Amino acid sequence: MDEISVRIGGSGLLWIVPALPLASAFLDLLLGRRLGKLAGLVASATVGLSFVMSTYLVFQLLDVASPEGRLVNQHLFDWISVGRFTVGADLRLDVLSATMILVVTGVGFLIHVYAIGYMQGDPRYGRFFAYLNLFVFFMLLLVLADNYLVLYVGWEGVGLCSYLLIGFWFEKTENASAAKKAFVTTRIGDTAMLIGLALIVREFGTLDFGTVLDAPGETITKGVATAIALLLFAGAIGKSAQVPLHVWLPDAMAGPTPVSALIHAATMVTAGVYLVVRSAPLFELSGVALTVVLIVGLVTALFAATCALAQDDIKRVLAYSTVSQLGFMFMAAGMRFYTGAMFMLVAHAFYKALMFLGAGSVMHGMHEETDLQRMGGLLRRMPITGWTFVVGALALAGIWPLAGFFAKDQILEIANHTGRTWIYLLGTLGALLSALYIGRLVFLAFFGSPRSEEAEHAHESPTVMTIPLVVLAAGAVLAGLLFSTSAEGTLARVLEPVTGPVPHGEGLSTLALSAIATAIALGALAVAWWVYASGRVEWLTLRERLQPLPRAARNGWYVDHAYSTLFVNPGTAAARFTANVFDTKVVDGLVNGIGAGTRRLASAVRLVQTGFVRSYALAFFLGAVGVLVWLGTRL
Amino acid sequence: MRTPIAYFVVLSGVLFTLGTLGVLLRKNALLIFMSVELQLNAVNLALVAFSRMHLALDGQVLAFFSMVVAAAEVVVGLAIIVAVYRRRGTVDVDEARGLAG
Repeated sequence: MDEISVRIGGSGLLWIVPALPLASAFLDLLLGRRLGKLAGLVASATVGLSFVMSTYLVFQLLDVASPEGRLVNQHLFDWISVGRFTVGADLRLDVLSATMILVVTGVGFLIHVYAIGYMQGDPRYGRFFAYLNLFVFFMLLLVLADNYLVLYVGWEGVGLCSYLLIGFWFEKTENASAAKKAFVTTRIGDTAMLIGLALIVREFGTLDFGTVLDAPGETITKGVATAIALLLFAGAIGKSAQVPLHVWLPDAMAGPTPVSALIHAATMVTAGVYLVVRSAPLFELSGVALTVVLIVGLVTALFAATCALAQDDIKRVLAYSTVSQLGFMFMAAGMRFYTGAMFMLVAHAFYKALMFLGAGSVMHGMHEETDLQRMGGLLRRMPITGWTFVVGALALAGIWPLAGFFAKDQILEIANHTGRTWIYLLGTLGALLSALYIGRLVFLAFFGSPRSEEAEHAHESPTVMTIPLVVLAAGAVLAGLLFSTSAEGTLARVLEPVTGPVPHGEGLSTLALSAIATAIALGALAVAWWVYASGRVEWLTLRERLQPLPRAARNGWYVDHAYSTLFVNPGTAAARFTANVFDTKVVDGLVNGIGAGTRRLASAVRLVQTGFVRSYALAFFLGAVGVLVWLGTRL
Repeated sequence: MRTPIAYFVVLSGVLFTLGTLGVLLRKNALLIFMSVELQLNAVNLALVAFSRMHLALDGQVLAFFSMVVAAAEVVVGLAIIVAVYRRRGTVDVDEARGLAG
């Protein structure tokens, strides 16, 4: 590892990037109440500083002339050392983690600023920012890790923060149970991932990325690689809310909206994508694992898109949309188009964070109303929120030249060019559904006329909340133009040393594919307008006529119900059995039985003790005679 | 002419039996106590007799030990009996059964 590690300016300061939010988290946790409103400022400032540090380091990194030399390792201390197996607290900055830290700190900073306004007046203001900062720390640890164990620490840490923040308003039972659900569901994947790590240790004897990911074919067989890759991917499925472990993400919307934007849209849920891209050599060695990634991604993209189409809660639409978009990212990774996955991740971080914050702004202006049926006409009352939301929605729908267009189009292009016609067609269907549901959301919320008192009197949010919206909107507009105008654009070239070259092939020309994609997106938006905003269609009546399909989609095709019947209810029944029957009857019965038995025996035996000394003497005598007789018979 | 060992053993057995019967049948603590002493002395007699028979000193030494212990026991035992008498006005062992289960 060391021979290709290059010293760049300030590379020794890498640890500061995650350390800053950690320090702030402790500060807010200990002094949050005393700091009062300052807590939010401190939290935002440290993440902002982290962003500046990251930017500086990334520029230094890109200054290195040879693309292969763009790698910084920092060994902080020896963490675990057992025999020949050692794990260090090692950080690694290469182009892939550079992309991630910029997104995490950049988007994170904007969301922190937004939260200053959004969380104002909350009784646990300081604690909120402490958790948020802690999350940023763990996320940075996850993406900066130089071995799987440090990554896993970050992985579990973000899960913990996600749990804490989903259940931030734990006074409401449903929030607390949503937090529990998220934690337990992702834990299923995490357990598989841990087994994967154990398998890596057994095969490689180390968890360092440098050893494991550098030509793994020389150490392990294809079958082992498949096992490891699939176990790691199981972790990614849980964390990135892919089918079949997607059920926690829609419920996670119980958390405060900045949390949904930061954790459940921009960063944490994309950790799975990062993991797959990072571990690409293992997945490629396996081959089968890549196909699994592709199929899971495709199924999720389509499945979640249909669910998003039928939600009435603005945040649940966005949640299912996030699940679907993550599916697209996994599709890209499954086709070895890692740079596409990464660009989609970046673009999605911008426009989805933007839309979540926009939704939060809408809720802020409408007294926490989230029901789309009670909105309408908000564009005029909340112009900044409204227009930035429209930008985000257009980006998601894939309208040129917004970031989402390039991201989605390039993935579909690779599908077409590598001869995966079915993937291309289904992916296009997914894009169509995306445009449809986001069009529905925008037209229902922001166009038409107000459908409730709150919508009538909605007001724009304070500046501290609208500025992040504007910056994110600018990001959603410019990210594509700046970084990835084609499948082999700037970002792809920069990432190539880590991810390998973009796959090539023959197919329809890029221009033709773009034309088809744009036509589909525009058509879907037009249909959405016609149904939901033109006033020519009674969409509620239409929905009634289509029952039971909308109801099923609204309930996530009853996957939750199925899980309840299959796993949760039997689990509860088993727990109840052990608690009420096994514990009270068998365990307690055993303990009480021993006690009662002793008592009964004692009350019988105590009668022997008569109190007559002479009877004791007689007993002695008979005993002595008995012993003598026994001895006598033995002689 | 030496007295046969059987005489001593029989005498010792008779004394021991008397002592045992006294312990088991008497109600007066003082008499029980005396019976115990009788038992002890019966055993001492046997010990000394066997010792003489084997021409070894072990038995006699043990008899001395047992006499010392018996003396100490008499001190404690009589003191207890006196204390019981002062407290209850009787030394009937059947009356003192406060430790019945």
